Amino acid sequence: MAETSLNTPTSERSRLRVSLDSDFAYQFRKSPVAIVSAVTVLIMVLCAVFAPLIAPYNPFDPASLNLMNGFSKPMEPNAFTGDTFWLGTDDQGRDVFSTILYGMRISLFVGAAAVLFAMVLGISLGLIAGYVGGWVETIIMRVADVQLTFPAILVAMLIFGVAKGITPVEYRDQMAIWVLIIAIGLSDWVQFARVVRGATLVEKNKEYVQAARLIGRGPGAIMIKHILPNVLSPVLVIATISLALAIIAEATLSFLGVGAPPTQPSLGTLIRIGQGFLFSGEWWILLFPAVTLLALALSVNLLGDWLRDALNPRLR
Amino acid sequence: MLAYVIQRVFQSAIVLLVVGLVAFSMFRFVGDPVDNMLGQERTQADIERLRTQLGLDQPFPVQYFKFLTGAAQGNFGVSYRQGRPVSDILVERAPATLELAAVSGFLAISIGIALGVFTAIRRNGFAAHAIMSVSLIGVSLPTFLIGILLIYLFSVELGWLPSFGRGDTVKIGGWSTGFLTESGLKALILPSITLGLYQMTLIMRLVRSEMLEVLRQDYIRFARARGLRERAVNFRHALKNTLVPVITVTGLQLGSIIAFAIITETVFQWPGVGLLFINAIQFVDIPVMAAYLMLISVMFVGINLIVDLLYFAIDPRLRVDRTAAH
Repeated sequence: MAETSLNTPTSERSRLRVSLDSDFAYQFRKSPVAIVSAVTVLIMVLCAVFAPLIAPYNPFDPASLNLMNGFSKPMEPNAFTGDTFWLGTDDQGRDVFSTILYGMRISLFVGAAAVLFAMVLGISLGLIAGYVGGWVETIIMRVADVQLTFPAILVAMLIFGVAKGITPVEYRDQMAIWVLIIAIGLSDWVQFARVVRGATLVEKNKEYVQAARLIGRGPGAIMIKHILPNVLSPVLVIATISLALAIIAEATLSFLGVGAPPTQPSLGTLIRIGQGFLFSGEWWILLFPAVTLLALALSVNLLGDWLRDALNPRLR
Repeated sequence: MLAYVIQRVFQSAIVLLVVGLVAFSMFRFVGDPVDNMLGQERTQADIERLRTQLGLDQPFPVQYFKFLTGAAQGNFGVSYRQGRPVSDILVERAPATLELAAVSGFLAISIGIALGVFTAIRRNGFAAHAIMSVSLIGVSLPTFLIGILLIYLFSVELGWLPSFGRGDTVKIGGWSTGFLTESGLKALILPSITLGLYQMTLIMRLVRSEMLEVLRQDYIRFARARGLRERAVNFRHALKNTLVPVITVTGLQLGSIIAFAIITETVFQWPGVGLLFINAIQFVDIPVMAAYLMLISVMFVGINLIVDLLYFAIDPRLRVDRTAAH
């Protein structure tokens, strides 16, 4: 049935109609908050992906920089060169708008990759703990409990510190982004593991799993093909809220100077740089990255909240 | 009851042993301690001597045991960066963090409970709605942005309060306090608000929802029917019964306050343990990192244990359920 509906254009249209008429889509159209935050996130993701095309300058190409353009105010022509920058420039004459676009790219990439990493790790461990049980479950869930005792940001800092100690000095800046992803991801897997384990415990006693076992499918196939699809909807909600948390965690670490290096600045690094100019009155170097970070985190958060309500049948 | 207490204490001890193992492995395997301590001009004999001196030639379990006994006595080795015993540095830095955390915790609890009660009693009033909306923004703002915002408003624009440091401190014994000087107190205001704000909104929201729940119950209606005054109903009957979950959450949040002090201390350049830890990460100063990890886990595990036991002591229903189940 699935094959015919995929191949014929008429049923293709009806599939589209079905998804547009669904309760989920209706809930979305009904909620202005969801629409606004979804559009904001979409625009920001597009800006981040196409940053090299949109950005008027390449802030990391020394040849395109002119030190005379340093500290240009937003929307005003520079006193020396007469160039105008929408959101001003920093001390080195880098266009703030362009650095924000590139910074958003790094923030979003680190956030998304970290959540993906946490998700894969958490789902696998949660499935195994729930399905296999026994001492495997005890070990996994004990580790999860211990880790949950500490705030995620502290765990991420420690992992970052240790990883920094292991990597050779000359690679530290290059590796920083990847270390950051692993640190944030490792600090965040527990949520996924706990939820997936709980759902797996419920699912594994249902008849369809028994049937699958009866026809001789192995534990791996049962976990991935049968149980996994049925435990994914709470995972989706956690993933969205985790994304907002991961973006803020990344910004916090970078702001503290234990995250993205100045050669690859994320929004947090930009805020760190901008803080230095707060006292001398160059407010735009700080303000615009901060507002971007806030808008990004807030819209992802609101989207997550809406998703949680929309996917929760009890709230309807 | 006793079995439960023993079980919880035992679990906490295991957690601490595991964290100790992590801290020790960091110390032992991230970089070579001998390499880190000896300079460029070293001979093979120097290396051997330091190796024996540090006990690195002994088997792993023996080293681990020595690390644990050392840590229990407050001996965490020598900081790679400052060349002084880590314990000395920690003792020197601890008062700053503890004072900051204490003031923030006090602010968070007192203002949080007061606002929570207020928004619950006047739940449809304009002020309550305004407070709730502001708190929503407060929760979604990252801590460091709140700090920067406060610095911008009160230090840069208005020039009322200092933007960094502790001000003048007075030494009493080994403890340096900022409570006794004017500049010390002034310097405390912005960091403690920054640090306590998140916990304050959390406590406020919790108290509010618990109060709303309790106020709906029959015994409150009967208390009103008996002709008790509104104040007695709200505070004697309602608030008292909301405090159990509030104590739990507040207790657990105390640990977070110390952990999040890292961020606040960096924003305000507050010379506490958190700033020390961030600098240790930046310069890969493993002994300081390991010591901080051990200290903070002792604190977290201790707080968790106390909260669990308190919960047990406060709520009689839990005791009945447990004994019935056994």
